[in-house]
Amino acid sequence: MIKKRLRKPAQVLATASASGGEWIYSKTVKEHFFHPRNILLKEPKKGEFDAEGAVGNPACGDVMKMWIKVEPKTQRIKKLKWRSFGCATAIASTSMFSQMVTEYGGMTLEDALRLTPQDIMKRLGGLPPYKVHCSVLADQAFKSTIENYFQKFPEEAPAK
Amino acid sequence: MCKVKIQAGLASRLFIFKICRQKKNLVKFLLMNRIYLDHAATTYIDDAVKAAMEPYWQNKFGNASTIYKEGCDARSALNAARKNIASLIGANPDEIIFTNGGTESDNLAIFGIARQYKGGHIITSKIEHHAVLNSCKVLEKENFKVTYLDVDKNGIIDLKELKKSLCKDTILISIMYANNEIGAIQPIKEIAKVIRDYKIKNKNKKIYFHTDAIQAAGYLDLNVERLGVDLMSVNASKIYGPKGVGFLYARRGIKLLPIIYGGGQEKGIRPGTENIPSIVGLDKAFEIAQKMREKESKRVVSLRDYLIKNILKIIPDSSLNGNQALRLPNNVNVTIKNVEGESLILYLDARGIACSTGSACTSQDLEPSHVITALGKSREDAHCSIRFTLGRKTTKADMDYLLKVLPGIVKKLRNISAI
Repeated sequence: MIKKRLRKPAQVLATASASGGEWIYSKTVKEHFFHPRNILLKEPKKGEFDAEGAVGNPACGDVMKMWIKVEPKTQRIKKLKWRSFGCATAIASTSMFSQMVTEYGGMTLEDALRLTPQDIMKRLGGLPPYKVHCSVLADQAFKSTIENYFQKFPEEAPAK
Repeated sequence: MCKVKIQAGLASRLFIFKICRQKKNLVKFLLMNRIYLDHAATTYIDDAVKAAMEPYWQNKFGNASTIYKEGCDARSALNAARKNIASLIGANPDEIIFTNGGTESDNLAIFGIARQYKGGHIITSKIEHHAVLNSCKVLEKENFKVTYLDVDKNGIIDLKELKKSLCKDTILISIMYANNEIGAIQPIKEIAKVIRDYKIKNKNKKIYFHTDAIQAAGYLDLNVERLGVDLMSVNASKIYGPKGVGFLYARRGIKLLPIIYGGGQEKGIRPGTENIPSIVGLDKAFEIAQKMREKESKRVVSLRDYLIKNILKIIPDSSLNGNQALRLPNNVNVTIKNVEGESLILYLDARGIACSTGSACTSQDLEPSHVITALGKSREDAHCSIRFTLGRKTTKADMDYLLKVLPGIVKKLRNISAI
């Protein structure tokens, strides 16, 4: 079900994105890099988000931070904002991930946790092998955010 | 009939409109005047060089190793190029070995010397080009010891440290003339003197001094007698010549082992049919570069200093990598904190500016620049470094355009940044 839902917008984006010479990354990466979605531009207000997480190290060239707001009843992700220091694919990966979990009324935490770096890459139209770690980082940043969320709301954590 | 025509006209107009909309960026791209600020990566070919090469593709295409007319024509072009290049660097024609470029020249110098020995000691610096560094790393696996000299915050090696590193096993020293990333110019004459003094003190021990002069060729004096080097690498593609050709100067009496094997071309040291059009192009490009280097240096230095001054002024938290005085006339390398190099390059690219990064993120390994970290800067700063290298077509208007678009891009990327 999820997969079916995911495929369509990627194609739309690919055709909608501008062309012009051969770019080193896919058109979708380019589109998300130049027009990143869901960036947190201002400092978050108190209570605006339920949890936050971060991953990476400036020395390694990538740092990602994420903030989420979850609807308690349905456990759907209402809002996911991010900031990223990194290369084009790091920015595009986080942007794409933020779109994937918030489109169509938001994914449930359970579904979102099931997303893999491969899913992000697929939606981005692929990444070169030496950039795969960028999609892994986006996934890890989300996992760290969810960890923070479950720490704050232990009652919502899945039963072990 | 008339109606059909109108409809067809409308349809085609609609079609063109649609294409224009779809290819908006392509149209913009074609109209846009690109600003090329990556002359250290490669250069466009000079018109005179292209013209000089022209006869050798079709009319004078012969193999220089043959004895009939076509071969003689090719051979005389080869000899003339060799003679001219030799005279430009104060050498003898038989001291010039043509190669396929800078990397091969560096490899030939290092392996050509080292592999005559069963082992030994080599001295180089931490900021060499990978053509030298990786060659040394291979030799480390073959029973050779390599000392990688530190550089100071300006990217210059310490002569005292060099002196201390010299030992009875030392066979080769390879120090680049000017660095490709930060443009730092090494004191080649002084290094040569340190080596010479050591050699005299130690009963004329055989130590060879190689310099990679690839970035220096367009701006600095390359006279081998004045420099005191034994081996020197130069390539054409950084001095407005063709790609895929270069030469290695090797002082008379120096024995080199080939790194590839074949016929007897280039005294058997670099076999393979000579690439006459490219060699002619290399000769012409080198001649022009050396002739105009003083005038061109003066012109480019003023643009460089203008750019450095203004970037540091208008971009908060920016700093120059390396020293302003001890650098190539065309090199600007700055660290812009919290702005990752690759992202900045691609945003500048979208605005019509081509430049490069010290960070290797765009290449296939993700390690930040070994040059910037060798200056004592953090890995984070190395990831945030960017290089602009100016050239013959660079104008003040280019600098002004860059200075106009840079602050906005930096601001956008800093807004996205998680640091």
